[in-house]
Amino acid sequence: MRLYDIDVQSRLLLGTAQYPSPQVLTKAIAASGCDIITVSLRREAARGATAGNGFWSLLQASGARLLPNTAGCHSAREAITTAQMAREVFGTNWIKLEVIGHADTLQPDPFALVEAAQILCADGFQVFPYTTEDLIVAERLLDAGCKVLMPWGAPIGSGQGLRHAEALASMRRYFPQVPLIIDAGLGAPSQAARAMEMGFDAVLLNTAVAKAGDPVAMARAFGQAVEAGRIAYEAGLMPPRNMAVPSTPVLGMADLNLGGRA
Amino acid sequence: MITILGAGVAGLCVATALAERGLPVEVVDNGPAHGGASWLAGGMIAPYVEAETAAPDVARLGASAADWWAVRVPGVVRRGSLVVAPARDRAELDRFASRTTGHRRLDAEAIATLEGDLAGRFASALFYADEAHLDPRAALVALADGLRQRGVAIRSNTPLDPEQADIDCRGIAARADLPSLRAVRGEMLLLHCPSVTLTRPIRLLHPRFPVYVVPRGHALYMIGATMLESDDPGPITLRSAMELMSAAFTLHPGFAEAAIVETGSGLRPAFADNVPRIVKAGGRWHLNGLYRHGFLTAPALAEQLADQFALAPQEAAVAH
Repeated sequence: MRLYDIDVQSRLLLGTAQYPSPQVLTKAIAASGCDIITVSLRREAARGATAGNGFWSLLQASGARLLPNTAGCHSAREAITTAQMAREVFGTNWIKLEVIGHADTLQPDPFALVEAAQILCADGFQVFPYTTEDLIVAERLLDAGCKVLMPWGAPIGSGQGLRHAEALASMRRYFPQVPLIIDAGLGAPSQAARAMEMGFDAVLLNTAVAKAGDPVAMARAFGQAVEAGRIAYEAGLMPPRNMAVPSTPVLGMADLNLGGRA
Repeated sequence: MITILGAGVAGLCVATALAERGLPVEVVDNGPAHGGASWLAGGMIAPYVEAETAAPDVARLGASAADWWAVRVPGVVRRGSLVVAPARDRAELDRFASRTTGHRRLDAEAIATLEGDLAGRFASALFYADEAHLDPRAALVALADGLRQRGVAIRSNTPLDPEQADIDCRGIAARADLPSLRAVRGEMLLLHCPSVTLTRPIRLLHPRFPVYVVPRGHALYMIGATMLESDDPGPITLRSAMELMSAAFTLHPGFAEAAIVETGSGLRPAFADNVPRIVKAGGRWHLNGLYRHGFLTAPALAEQLADQFALAPQEAAVAH
């Protein structure tokens, strides 16, 4: 999978918030096999941001590539400022762009999102926008210069899985060449596997692992589910049928009705 | 003479444990008499509730903490603690119940019996009957008084080269000597609210920020605490204050009329696993990484360290 100019092996991206401890987090990163982790700049260090912070040092030591995000930003301007801070602190042009439109559902604000994406792309950022499954918004984001889209599965932290699977499937068909990463709302490995079976390029999740009873084991489970789903997609899933079809050929079977009452 | 550097909860607990073993001890602190992370603590002795996220070691260390405090400082309240969730976050309460032990589930009627002011506000709660709470500031003052009565000198605002200390309990200030130590910023509010009566710590679950309210007596309530991976020691942010206040308001609308007596922010010292420990580094003992579990885990760790000094003074002592 190629995200901007970087080749990425793992199709699982992991968020780094809400873990019981940084040690559990780093073990979960290793167990998941993920290559990319997201980190929230805004919430974790609103002021006095330095990359020397103990938590960030641990994240950087994990070896995973950092994808800073603008979590918690409610306006284009806030998100842009946060992105610029993140670029300085982490030394990367990557930015996962979140502009929240609704404090309760944490639904993206598509208008502010497109506005911020235009400005950030023009400023040399490589933008990963957190968006809905709306096709027109997706087109506008691509027009703005985004080369990756991150449609939601369900509201952040809700664990509901793919709430609008048909709409997401349409999006996949509509943008066959654009890397699409399902971001947010996944609660179970089966949901991640389903997204991968549908042909999405990757999934990003956080709460489902961080808040699991055993985050490290859950990270491994998601890693395996994502891999299984991807292999299944590449192998080609059988289409569903509305009738039974025997899997064992009947040709050559003994006809036990011979001589019986027909 | 055993010199302890740092007069927070770790330093004073260690000094107490050593003095009780008849060992000569003094406490020196670079800063003012009242300050640091301990001064901002919640004061919950909640080994069962904390086990939701804390490693099993924390609950084990904290199992006897309430008993330790109760015989040494006044005002240890053993009325248990409550965990509640707004109706829409009921799933969080179920999740919390499945991750912890030592609780029983209360219905609305039982909640009202336990905490009259919460009548009709929550349909369900978890009650951890064996938990306790104390006023951390009163407890620190009482420990210091007890030490002075034993003739132990406690000197604040006294610069001391850490290398002159035998036991280093400086919290985050010892970061240069303990590279794996990191800061976790916490912010809190102190409210005066005579119109609300709560008698035990109450934790409000919310998917985004769990918040607790700890009664301090005399209509004072401590609201805490944020958990931010940040080195910033600066004042509380508007966002954090708003989140803490809105959680208090969700718990009881009567908090709307509360006077904000104090806001606080500080840096908790934590190791990567968020478990406190005793380590030897730079030629002295460190008791550090108490994270959000200072009053819960300091007594047991202090006893461990004091045992080492009492049983094998030659090995424990550090040559200057």
